[in-house]
Order: sequence, then structure tokens, then C-alpha cells
Amino acid sequence: MIVAVASGKGGTGKTTVAVSLALAAEDGARLLDCDVEEPNSHIFIRPESLSSEEVFVPVPRADEDLCTACGFCGEVCSFNAIVSLKTKPLIFPELCHSCGACVRLCPQGALHEQRVVAGEILSGKRGSVELVYGTLKVGHAMAVPVIRAVKQQVAKDTLTIIDCPPGTSCPVIRAVEGCDIVVLVTEPTPFGLHDLTLAVETMRVIGLPFVVVINRCDIGDRGVAEYCEREGIEILASVPNDRRIAEAYSRGKTPGAVVPEIHSLFQDMLQALMERANLTMRAALLVKTTLSAGEIPQQQKSEEKE
Amino acid sequence: MKEIVIISGKGGTGKTSLTAAFAALSRNAVFADCDVDAADLHLILRPEVVEERAFKSGNEARIQPELCSGCGICSSVCRFGALRKKCDTLGRIGYTVEPFACEGCGLCVRLCPEQAILFPERTCGTLFISSTRFGPLVHARLTAAAENSGKLVSLVRKEAKRVAEEERRAFVLIDGPPGIGCPVIASVTGADRVLVVAEPTLSGEHDLLRVMELTRHFGIRTLVCINKADINEDAAARIEILASERGADILERIPYDEEVTAAQVRGLTLGEHGKGKALARVRAVWERLIQHEAE
Repeated sequence: MIVAVASGKGGTGKTTVAVSLALAAEDGARLLDCDVEEPNSHIFIRPESLSSEEVFVPVPRADEDLCTACGFCGEVCSFNAIVSLKTKPLIFPELCHSCGACVRLCPQGALHEQRVVAGEILSGKRGSVELVYGTLKVGHAMAVPVIRAVKQQVAKDTLTIIDCPPGTSCPVIRAVEGCDIVVLVTEPTPFGLHDLTLAVETMRVIGLPFVVVINRCDIGDRGVAEYCEREGIEILASVPNDRRIAEAYSRGKTPGAVVPEIHSLFQDMLQALMERANLTMRAALLVKTTLSAGEIPQQQKSEEKE
Repeated sequence: MKEIVIISGKGGTGKTSLTAAFAALSRNAVFADCDVDAADLHLILRPEVVEERAFKSGNEARIQPELCSGCGICSSVCRFGALRKKCDTLGRIGYTVEPFACEGCGLCVRLCPEQAILFPERTCGTLFISSTRFGPLVHARLTAAAENSGKLVSLVRKEAKRVAEEERRAFVLIDGPPGIGCPVIASVTGADRVLVVAEPTLSGEHDLLRVMELTRHFGIRTLVCINKADINEDAAARIEILASERGADILERIPYDEEVTAAQVRGLTLGEHGKGKALARVRAVWERLIQHEAE
């Protein structure tokens, strides 16, 4: 099962929830930190023996001898990464999306790709949690290739928890796509509510099932609870505001480490998520079976033989 | 006219609450909400929209099914996995574009032998120019799951600057996005000053150092203030040392204060709410910020 932990607003407790869920998994879990601009999961997991791997992206480079300064590459580039006004192209690697259009379409074959470092992937383990996190190189604008590289490390047979970046645009979409369920973490304030509605809208547009966790549930007002009730959104859990949790967080400790009953709260959350994901999978199977009309499912066939 | 950007690296440190408080204290500013993914400043400034514009940016590929021969060239050249093979009711193979995956490079459009792929402009959000009780506000709303938030950020900044010049205002006060990627780079490049709102936690420290590396990379003068400082005074002190070693000027420490949330619930700036121990410190941050600009 793949669980993505996201939120519109930053600082609502995504990392706390993601790390706590990973630690609550009895059979272990793989935690992927896709907030590559500001990854924080490693501060709480403190993985041992980190191994690292650079993430490269292909970026064009012009062969001065072959280039006739026709300017076509600048015309082709949709991302303003090449300026060529009848001059040899000026290339801005930090704006390049690595689509390969300029290289493929250059009439002289004068452009080729070279690899540029966009960031790094680090992985390590502590206890039952395997952590993989990405870091975007400072000054590099494009987080998506690094997020994609982290996402390639989804575990096949164990639980995968994804700690997503904040927001509602491309980095979030890349982080959540392909997961079984999204946990939207929010706080019960006007900012929390507003950004939750944006996150809900995003999940509905891309068609992923989601539940809500209200963090610091006793601050602010009732707006988030009322909104969820109105929209029929399941509130998976509410985590109380506790100064002990805030102080522990400041030292890189999870809430479960200082308030033991919180640990079991996350175990219950994980259980509920698994049940929900199972239900969704069964429902999907049912739809598939109904759609392939006339075709008898495998299991039923063997029963008929008997 | 000076552009001051308030960012944090880490989300949820109090950027928007502080920007709103500064808005009430400023006399002669235009405000810009550059956190277009999850804009919240309008919840406190409660703007009256004066002008509204659709924001179009880039293009997206769209296949005309009746022209598609199903050759698959588009799918083989696309680096973003945006083309999906589909079978229609008559059993013909064709391709469709997954809009969330398409980055709008146009390579498939140029290489399709049937010229079956259209390349319309993409609407990515809405830009608003508004008036508030403290001065003009330029803000935006990104379409859910849209691309190009960096370009929308640039547009918000450009419009805020234009309004400031027209109305001869001294400052553009920018509420920035979290992170260090495209939207943040679009918010800070070329600005006069960045104020980083940090929090005294290990995550806050880690994120502050990364965001300071970014402002240094772009050569922008940086100030740091620590919010919720009494959550961990030792961490606050350490962060101040690390930040000043990296050339930042350190402003006040603001204590954790439940009145900040209470003000937000009432839809008021901290000054209008008029209560709490954080208020005096927030005023002090603003005064020092203005002093820096006067120098």
C-alpha cells in the first residue's frame, strides 16, 4: 500500500504524520520524503549509513562548429531556456525541462545533451524504517525530476509512506500520483481551512481518494470540522495541541516518543488506512469485473468446474 | 520603491500572519501574495477585487481523435509519459494526452505525421488586483493541479510593482511561498531585501540554512527573525548565530502566542486584534525592517 501525506498549507504537520505512520507500522515501512526543496524526515528518522546518489537531468549544449545560428532552437523551446536571436544559442540549464525538443529538432544536429546535477537522493535505515529522501540543488528551480527519482524507490511489497511538498501544483501532483490514498493534514484555523479546500479540489481533479487529519485540533475554530461534515469528508484522526509535542519536535523527536498514547493513535490511523485502501481496491476490482461483460472471473470459473 | 519579500523555507512559521501585521503598520505600501499555490493573505486583508484577469501560460497538447492514426510517435518522443494508448469503441488504437503530466514542450505537436495534435494555450489561474483597508493588494489563484506557478508569481510581482509606481508607494511587501524551488526563486530574484521568518526547531534550522543559501546564491540582502522563539530558546540562539555567521542581520525574537491564532480566527491583523505578548515584538520587527530600508 502507498499512502501519501500532503497538505495545501505548509507547517501543518505533514512530516510529523508521515514519520509517525512509518514508525507505527509493525512490519516496517519505506518512507519517501518528496519535499525535496525542504526535506525534514531525516531529522526525525536519523538514518544510519546514508548512501547517496546524484540526480542528473539532460540539458542541451551546442556544438559551435556545427551551429549555423539559425535560431530554431530558441523558437522551439517552450520554457525560455534558450535564447537565440540569429546568434549561437545561450542556454539556461536551470530553466530547462529536459524535453529534448531542441536536440531532436535542430536542423544541423548541432545540439546534444549533457547531464547536469539537479539534486541528490539519499537513503538509509533506522530500525524498521527505510528512508529515501531527495534534496534539490540550491538555485535549481525544477523540483520535479528529483521528486521523480525519489518516487522510483516505492517499495513493491512493504508499506510506502510519501511525505509530500506543500501546495497544489506540479510538485505535489508528481508526489501523490500512483498512491492508494492521500492523507491531507490540516489545522483548524482559517488558513488551514482555506488551504484544505484547495488541496481537496486538487485531489478531486486528479481523482485520488483522501482522508483528513486535523493537527493541533484544539486551537482555532470549528471551520475545518464543519467543512468536512458538509462535504462528507472522513476525518481520520484529530491530534491534540500539546506543548510537549512542539518542544519534542524542536529537538527532532516525534510526538510518539514523548506522549505514548499518540503512538497508538498513529497505529489506529494506519489500521484504518489499510482497511480503507482494501475497500477501494475491492471496489475497483468489482468495477473491472462488471465492465468486462460476459467474461467470467477466474475464481468463479474454477468454482463452476467443481 | 523597494521590494521586501517575506519567506521562510519551511512552511507554517508565520509568514502570512506577519505580512498581514506589517500591512496594518505600513503607511505607504502595496501588498503582493506570491504564495499562489495556497494564498491566505486575503483572508485577513479581505480585499475588494477591482480587476480580475485570467492567467494563461504555456500550452498543452490535445489530440484530435479523428485524425490520430495510432502510430505512437508522440508517445515514443514524450519525456513526461503524458501520452496514453486508448482503444475506442470500434477497436481503433489511438492516443490521448494526460493533462496533468503534459509539460507543454510541443515536441509531439511538431513530430505528429498526421498533424493531429492541437496546442492550445493553457489557463493556469486568475490574477486579482484589489483594494484593502491598508492599501492595494495583488494576489492570484492557481487552478487546482495546474503548472507554472513560478510564472504566475512573476506576474503578481510585476503587477504589484506597476501599481506601486503608479500610486507612488514606497514599498511592495511580498508574502512569499515556502520552499526553495521555482516559485521562491521567482519571488526573490531582483528584490531589495528578504526577511526570513524562522522557527527554533531542527527542521526550522535546516530549512533556514537552505533558504539562506538560495538568497546568497542570488545575492539578496537577508534579514532573519525567529517566531515562536520560546518553544526552544537554545535552538533560537543557535539559529541566530548560524544566520549571522552567514551574513544575515538578526531582528527580534517573537514569542509563541495563542493570540496570533485568535486574531486569524477573527480575520484581523495582530495590531487590530490588539492583544498578546507577540504584538510589541512584531511592531519592533517592522520598525527595524523600515530602518534597514532607510539606510
